[in-house]
Amino acid sequence: MTRDTGKKEIYLDHAATTGVKQEVLEEMMPYFSLRYGNPSSIYKLGRESRQAIDMARERTALALGVSPSEVFFTGSGTESLNWAIKGAAEANSSKGKHIITSNIEHHAVLHTCLYLQKKGYDVTFLPVDRNGLLTAEQVFKAIRKDTILITVMTANNEIGTIQPVAEIGAIAKEHGILFHTDAVQAIGNIPINLKTLPVDMLSLSAHKFYGPKGAGVLYLRKGSRITDILQGGGQEKGRRPGTENVPAIAGLGKAIELASQNIEKYNAHMLNLRNKLIDKVLAAIPYTRLNGDREKRLPGNANFSFEFIEGESLLLLLDMKGISASSGSACTSGSLDPSHVLLAIGLPHEIAHGSLRVTFGETNTEDDIDALTEALIFSVGKLREMSPLYENAAKNI
Amino acid sequence: MYSDKVMDHFMNPRNVGEIPDADGVGQVGNPKCGDIMKMYLKINDGIIVDAKFKTFGCGAAVATSSISTELIVGKTVEEALKITNKAVADALDGLPPAKMHCSNLAEEAIRAAIEDYRSKNPGK
Repeated sequence: MTRDTGKKEIYLDHAATTGVKQEVLEEMMPYFSLRYGNPSSIYKLGRESRQAIDMARERTALALGVSPSEVFFTGSGTESLNWAIKGAAEANSSKGKHIITSNIEHHAVLHTCLYLQKKGYDVTFLPVDRNGLLTAEQVFKAIRKDTILITVMTANNEIGTIQPVAEIGAIAKEHGILFHTDAVQAIGNIPINLKTLPVDMLSLSAHKFYGPKGAGVLYLRKGSRITDILQGGGQEKGRRPGTENVPAIAGLGKAIELASQNIEKYNAHMLNLRNKLIDKVLAAIPYTRLNGDREKRLPGNANFSFEFIEGESLLLLLDMKGISASSGSACTSGSLDPSHVLLAIGLPHEIAHGSLRVTFGETNTEDDIDALTEALIFSVGKLREMSPLYENAAKNI
Repeated sequence: MYSDKVMDHFMNPRNVGEIPDADGVGQVGNPKCGDIMKMYLKINDGIIVDAKFKTFGCGAAVATSSISTELIVGKTVEEALKITNKAVADALDGLPPAKMHCSNLAEEAIRAAIEDYRSKNPGK
């Protein structure tokens, strides 16, 4: 099956991952084989690696508006999330065993909470509304005497909805409950300043903002009680021991610095593309809906459901046109159920199966929107032509 | 990863459509699971002379529908009933393990269409 050749490849899956920026790569390169020293070693070669980590920590702290001593490097967003949630649960179990979260969290949060449930913790999964939003009031009402942790994502990875984290954090603070937010999708896409945002813990991942894979951060506000994730040497103050991944950490530092410097311009660029795409697609293709709140969503995220078709088929057809995107259909998740996020906002299974997530990045242009819309008109049309559901719907009109 | 043959049948599905005066029509699957296959058969003297399908589903579901219509045209009803899900998958040079249920669906669709034919034509 030949893909359309000669056409530009259009990458529209930046929420999945992004490519490492040239400046970031240059920051990383010396630490693979030239400056390979162990940061724990006292001689020059070791000190050079130590300096790279210190620099990355300072850059991260500056970007987030926190103190460098509150920044802990991990191996991924998933690791940070696991650490925050399990660590908080374990450290505070004498106070209580109740955790509050939402029903549209990333699997790294949901599955960690389910794991804790099996270990005797009680978890409240607050339901979002049809637009994929939670209210601070819902969180307030769910608080009990034994609540020890609230964890709510800043922005959703599938439908991009942005939760009222500042309000939820304020409520948590009032009640003396630890508040963690999964900001993996948010960092680099929307401005976040922890100087003013009442958050005790925040997780992020470098590869979502043009940094390398395998590098994450857990921000831990001074005084937040959580257990260490591993036992070992003294790295990361002994809280996340293990010889540091120096090139990845150096890359993370540079990437978050660039992301925070460029955020306004980047934000505006993506907002423009996203709004144009949504208008265009909804106008061009009937039986299409936008999933997630139209306004309170990440600037680069659009998530559609095309009725009567299945998402994986759509991705295959788009791929043939050189377009990369993602879907919440069961066939792409490897399970029998479509995305838990799309079901949580009330989509029937068959409509959830026909979803498409488009996430823009720096190099996308308005031409990409035209190319995608054209490809969607063709692909959705082709799949509907062969869909018995479309045939039934047409008869009922 | 799909085989080239799966991709070929997905991109250029054979026999998509309906047969208005079909002798047997079978629909299997469930929109909840993301797979529905509808099979139309034209049968003369116990021989399947034409088959068409409509499918809502993933790449593998479309490809198995397409290859199934190719496998059964020209066969007797009895021969068509003997086509197994494995035969469907083999004809596509295999399916990823997670997609094997799609080949079951094709087998079931053939069976459902033939049952419909038989219920309308008792004794055949």
